[in-house]
Amino acid sequence: MSASDIIFYIFAALTLVCGILVVANPVSRNPVTSAMFLVLTIISMSGLFVLLHAFFLAAVQILVYAGAVIVLFLFVIMLLDLKEEQRRHVNRVVAALSVIVVMVIAAAIIWTIWQTKLGDGLDSAHLEGSLRAVGHLVFGKYILPFEILSLVLLVAMVGVILLSKKELK
Amino acid sequence: MAWIDHLNNVQQLVLFSAIKILGVFAVTMTFIAYAVLAERKISAYIQDRVGPNRVALWGISKIPVIGPFLTKLGIWQPIVDGVKSFLKEDFTPAHVRKAYFWLAPAVIMIPALLVLAVIPFGSFLGNQKMVIADLNVGILYTFGIVSLGVYGIVLAGYASNSKYPFLGGIRSSAQMISYEIAMGMSVIPVFMMVGDLNLTQVINYQAHCWLIFKAPLSFVIFMVSAFAETNRLPFDLPESEQELVGGYHTEYSSMKFALFFMAEYANMIAASGMMVTLFFGGWTLPFFGLDQPAHTIGMGIAHIGIFLAKIIVLMGVFIWVRWMWPRFRYDQLMDLGWRRFVPLSLANLLATAVVLWLFSRH
Repeated sequence: MSASDIIFYIFAALTLVCGILVVANPVSRNPVTSAMFLVLTIISMSGLFVLLHAFFLAAVQILVYAGAVIVLFLFVIMLLDLKEEQRRHVNRVVAALSVIVVMVIAAAIIWTIWQTKLGDGLDSAHLEGSLRAVGHLVFGKYILPFEILSLVLLVAMVGVILLSKKELK
Repeated sequence: MAWIDHLNNVQQLVLFSAIKILGVFAVTMTFIAYAVLAERKISAYIQDRVGPNRVALWGISKIPVIGPFLTKLGIWQPIVDGVKSFLKEDFTPAHVRKAYFWLAPAVIMIPALLVLAVIPFGSFLGNQKMVIADLNVGILYTFGIVSLGVYGIVLAGYASNSKYPFLGGIRSSAQMISYEIAMGMSVIPVFMMVGDLNLTQVINYQAHCWLIFKAPLSFVIFMVSAFAETNRLPFDLPESEQELVGGYHTEYSSMKFALFFMAEYANMIAASGMMVTLFFGGWTLPFFGLDQPAHTIGMGIAHIGIFLAKIIVLMGVFIWVRWMWPRFRYDQLMDLGWRRFVPLSLANLLATAVVLWLFSRH
């Protein structure tokens, strides 16, 4: 087992453990703790991206998710001061159902990966592309999906602003 | 030094990286200590006071002329400050959320130090590049790590579990998120001109003309946003003493408080380092052939010296501004960030793109 394999297993284990602790933390039912474990999950995931030589994805993962999205989560959680969430007990039926659903989805994903019979993959020398290539692809070949995505985000943003206005004039 | 050649590439990388990390860490810590002293001395002179002038080191203060002069300069003050923050009682109030209360000072310090990893602080020393990690996505790494800095403040506000720290934490997270946008967009024109995100390439590009002359508007927006990101006056709303006692670190004492304090200065150093790299040519000077990567050890050391000197000048500006400007009101701060800087940096981006496009056609 090489050094990068060991690092991979460390990051993979961290991602999974922190991911579980986000939703099923046995010690604390504090929403802020969940949000902080979500940050750790995302940081370990970007570690996995670095191992794949995808530095751009790793940086963007941290910049967008850890740096912006979850800060806003935290902001909202702290402002709402969710005391009720901490006191509420786990509903056994819902918990059992969600475990079953998660297992079915996981089985489906594993089955798909198994069926596609992945090859050995590229060696790392071919993996590391320049950012320029990403830019050319996004603004060249995939310009239409990219612009549609931007529009969808814009619509969502306008919608939120509309909803948060108390009275429409 | 023959044994170095016997190591393989990975071992050499680990060894030299460890040395560089230690060096950068030591220099940063010294800078922090003396930046605090400079802050106190400069503020004292601006307010017509004397500032720290009592701490005398036994033996050295007995030397005629030099000894008393160094004492007057307060050169030993940082040592005493450090000892004091270690020896003070580390008080944990009863009402705090303990885990986060302990975590927050560390969380705020780590990103401040991590940012320094991608900043090239010199050209070459021997055949070693003077940068800890020469990443291709340099600036994206910086912004990613800088955006993590807000967690320390938010957690400190949350952990303290009392209203003034909480208000401070909320204010600062809103402020930091807002100004990150302006800051991020202000540097895009720089990278459009350079054509690369790697910070070493940015410096090589500036060998003939510093980018502050080519992108002055970017620099102004970046500089003001840097003040907001580091929570310095005129944007120190998160810790405005008159309304919030001490803001997010009201409940902290001893070394935990000192970590918040040091993180602020570490952030200033990182921001100055970024500004030097992006707008002031990094380790280059446009004369005496200092704009080319060094071939000799002497030139390499000169480059590091130039870089540090530029950082000291910018740190001086940071400190000077703090004692000359009054504080903004909170709505003015948000207005400036969202309604002035974001549109301005977008216009800057568009204008740069058009100019570059026109030039590329000829």
